[in-house]
Amino acid sequence: MRLYWEVFRHGFRRYASYRAATVAGLFTNTVFGFLRAYVLVALFAATATVGGYDLSDALTYVFLGQGMIMTVYMWSWWEIALAIRSGDIVTDLSRPFDYQSYWLAQDLGRACYHAVFRGIPPFLVGALVFDLRLPGSPLTWLLFVASVAVAVCVSFGLRFIVNLAAFWLLDYRGVGAISTACGTFLSGFVVPIAFFPGWLAAIAHALPFRGMIQVPIDVFLEKERGWALVGVLVVQLAWAAALFAAGRLLLGAARRRVVVQGG
Amino acid sequence: MGSELALYPRLAWSRVRGQVEYRLSFVLMLVGYFAATVADFLAIWVIFLHLPLLAGWTLGEVAFLYGTSYVSFKLADMVVGHLDVLPTLVRSGSLDTLLTRPLGSLFQVITIDFGLRHVGAIAQAVCVLAVACVTAGVPWDAARVAMMPVTILSGTVIFASIWVLGASTVFWTMGNGLEVMNTFTYGGNQMANFPINIYAGWLRRLIAYVVPLAFVTYFPSLYLLAKEDPLGSPGILRFASPLVALGCVAAARFAWGQGIRHYQSTGS
Repeated sequence: MRLYWEVFRHGFRRYASYRAATVAGLFTNTVFGFLRAYVLVALFAATATVGGYDLSDALTYVFLGQGMIMTVYMWSWWEIALAIRSGDIVTDLSRPFDYQSYWLAQDLGRACYHAVFRGIPPFLVGALVFDLRLPGSPLTWLLFVASVAVAVCVSFGLRFIVNLAAFWLLDYRGVGAISTACGTFLSGFVVPIAFFPGWLAAIAHALPFRGMIQVPIDVFLEKERGWALVGVLVVQLAWAAALFAAGRLLLGAARRRVVVQGG
Repeated sequence: MGSELALYPRLAWSRVRGQVEYRLSFVLMLVGYFAATVADFLAIWVIFLHLPLLAGWTLGEVAFLYGTSYVSFKLADMVVGHLDVLPTLVRSGSLDTLLTRPLGSLFQVITIDFGLRHVGAIAQAVCVLAVACVTAGVPWDAARVAMMPVTILSGTVIFASIWVLGASTVFWTMGNGLEVMNTFTYGGNQMANFPINIYAGWLRRLIAYVVPLAFVTYFPSLYLLAKEDPLGSPGILRFASPLVALGCVAAARFAWGQGIRHYQSTGS
């Protein structure tokens, strides 16, 4: 356990050392927030509510989402795929720790850094210009933080599986682009799932992606209450566990495939 | 310059051959890039499920803006998008090797790769644009048919120049903060996908006029769609895109030249 704690701290510090990248990324995330926000302002100029969201909900959703891009790490994480390609995976797998738990610990450390330094600032800047919503109840804040943590686990579970595809495909980028596209749209990142037509919303509800973005944001906006809220969070947690287990099985299958090229 | 133009197709072709070697991976990549960009259009479609006009524009018209902007953006991405490897070249010292060769430095960096994978995204945007050409109510005549390739080409040149300009900053910053460039390339495309009259004034001035993205699709599309400008701009701007594109090229060339002059190798 001590080892994973150190790995967690290392994950945090590793990303903390790229200051210029953090500032540049923040600038981009925030400007994109405004670009997306004005599309919704134009939408809500024509109609008061869409799918139970009013303008304030929708703008809050945009700036929370911009902060969650890096926290959840939706796009481009290929460290394992690159290790598979270079062959470094062989040494990594022979080390005396659990490979998947090692990466989960380091990813949670990274997520803590990104939550604070990439997650909160876009929301604060957005709140300077727009009327954003804040939850009233302390319980909502608590559940939101918990749901974001589970969202990181769901995202990690998916990324781990997609990275392992590099064992079977020499180039991981195709599978990566497809999974990124599904993740971006079906997570509710681009447009809230509540805006989708019924059949598309049904697909999004049946898949794990919404656990990365839509679920935590809906917790924050207090869109679900009581047992419905408990249900949504339990499903999110179940997906995180299922994806972790699936990644484990896949890693087991991949282990049997690895052929070390001696020399 | 002339010899470089002649050399470009050969170098690009050699990069392409390497990429299609792993056929399954390559096909998956095309499908992936197609799917990734379909999601962008689905978002626009979802918004129009809830209203007939977005700030005075129909779905067909917004699809037209989206199509022209996306095709231009991805064509530029295909040719110069890999300029983001420049920080790596500078830090590792590999740029010095390029500087000793009797060819332009920018030309050599650009020919390091050719992003054939973007064909997947371009195909998606061409599909949207083709449908939009029919449904957006363009009053087609000879002048408008001629204007289409001019618009796409100008847009591509504007985007490519922004990429080169952004990459030139690497020579001063050693690549720190190059991610800001994404705001103007990817962000520029995102902005140009929608009519710019939806944005607040400050944002419009920053990304549409300072970085002249309004000329990528908004102004020429006003002419092509025979639309009044809700912002009331002078009519002449509708035909200014090629000139703006030339201005962008000049600015990009200047920035790159200054950058190379300023460049000091990291080697010992």
